[in-house]
Amino acid sequence: MAQHEVTFPITDAAEILKLRAGDEVVVQGHIIGIRDRTQIRIFDEGQEPPMNLSGAFLLHTAPGVRKLGPGRYEKVCIGTTTSARMVRFTEGLGAQYGVRAICGKGGFPDEAIEPMQRLGMVYFAIVGGAAALETTQIEEIEEVAWEELMPECLWRFRVKDFGPLTVGIDAHGNSLYRDVQERAKKKLEELYARL
Amino acid sequence: MTTTTVSLQDAVLEAAAHLYVWALKDIPQDLRDALAAALERETSVTGIRVLETINRNVQIADDQNNLVCQDTGIAVYYCRVGEGFPLHPARIYEALKAGTERATVEHPLRSNTVHTLTRENTGPNVGYRVPIVHWDFVPDWDGLFVKCVPKGSGSENMTFLKMLVPADGVAGIKRFVLESIVGAGGKPCPPGIVGIGLGGSADYAMHLAKEAIARPIGTRNPDPLVAQLEDELYDLLNETGIGPMGLGGDVTVLQCHIEHADTHMTLNPVAVNYQCWAARRASAHIAADGTTDYDREA
Repeated sequence: MAQHEVTFPITDAAEILKLRAGDEVVVQGHIIGIRDRTQIRIFDEGQEPPMNLSGAFLLHTAPGVRKLGPGRYEKVCIGTTTSARMVRFTEGLGAQYGVRAICGKGGFPDEAIEPMQRLGMVYFAIVGGAAALETTQIEEIEEVAWEELMPECLWRFRVKDFGPLTVGIDAHGNSLYRDVQERAKKKLEELYARL
Repeated sequence: MTTTTVSLQDAVLEAAAHLYVWALKDIPQDLRDALAAALERETSVTGIRVLETINRNVQIADDQNNLVCQDTGIAVYYCRVGEGFPLHPARIYEALKAGTERATVEHPLRSNTVHTLTRENTGPNVGYRVPIVHWDFVPDWDGLFVKCVPKGSGSENMTFLKMLVPADGVAGIKRFVLESIVGAGGKPCPPGIVGIGLGGSADYAMHLAKEAIARPIGTRNPDPLVAQLEDELYDLLNETGIGPMGLGGDVTVLQCHIEHADTHMTLNPVAVNYQCWAARRASAHIAADGTTDYDREA
């Protein structure tokens, strides 16, 4: 299991292809915070996101913040939410907007594997609940759009040494979550026989 | 008399505001010990990576006086009210609600509470029937015990209820718990506490499952038969290989807690409520004169 450092947004798709399920990754550069309501607005209500998502790293988050002034916020506590609720947006994010990485906790169901392989995307697993650490790795909230969805706005963060992340689903059709579930289901048959 | 009542209501408000923030920032020692022990016994590369990050995160929350997890949860309080406590539960509820609101606004804490249909955020983490308060009443006592359990949604969404039939027996109970936790995978932020409610009625089984997750880690049900089932399920669940954050590994759950009630001869309800690794809780004992003792370990 290799270790990588990747800077987002990426311009070279090969950056994504070198990542393999199970690898450890630390991220630099800029990432974009997004959540249920944000994606419902983009895809179900058909509103164009007012930020460039090409080559982007999206983080499933609704940050805890303190308002400083119009459109200006400082971090209080920023962590990551459960991704599975938002899996249906994967195809659109990759195909229409060029998103290359989605990061959250708890994993994506198997329906994400095929579009991620076809579109050259990865799913990064962060440690859910480890928000005190994550907050120290977010240097600044640089931009907020759709403030009326607070806290489920579109957020642009500058990060430093963001991680450690684990590649949960890679762009080659591998998923740690599928592997773990397959092994667990076999194990369950054995455990049921013992009950 | 009026002054006393008002100040006692203030004392409860003060306690609620303090407990909510304290629970979010400073997790109990029994949980810290369980997380350290989990790292000791984990052998998978990804599992060790996750557990090291979790333990580091708890330390950073201490050092920076920050929240352990950004999900400030839905505010849940458990109250044990002595029959002689000189503040009516209606006023205790008002105080808990005002305390939750004050903590949210003053810290500030992320507000999670929304109208369940319109999804409009209500603002300060309170709303219609929120916070959620559970009551017990104690004879021959004039104190109040309050436990605050802010419950994160990642784990609360992994809640399961099945009305088994009596013929399903204990094996059926074990099977349902196993399939629930494997199905939950990494979503509830494992390794955490699996709370199980057995017996009673459908709603009461779920109530008991929630009570079970709020117990200090590793406490055992006083009924030896139930305690034995807690141990058996703990071992079985940790054989599933789901592992920390569902990425595979040896440690899937930190502990399995069961609360039970007698039930109808044709009922066999099983409720499963998951509590994430950041199993937040904080308690206070409030005396009739308003004197408040905070309790890290209850």
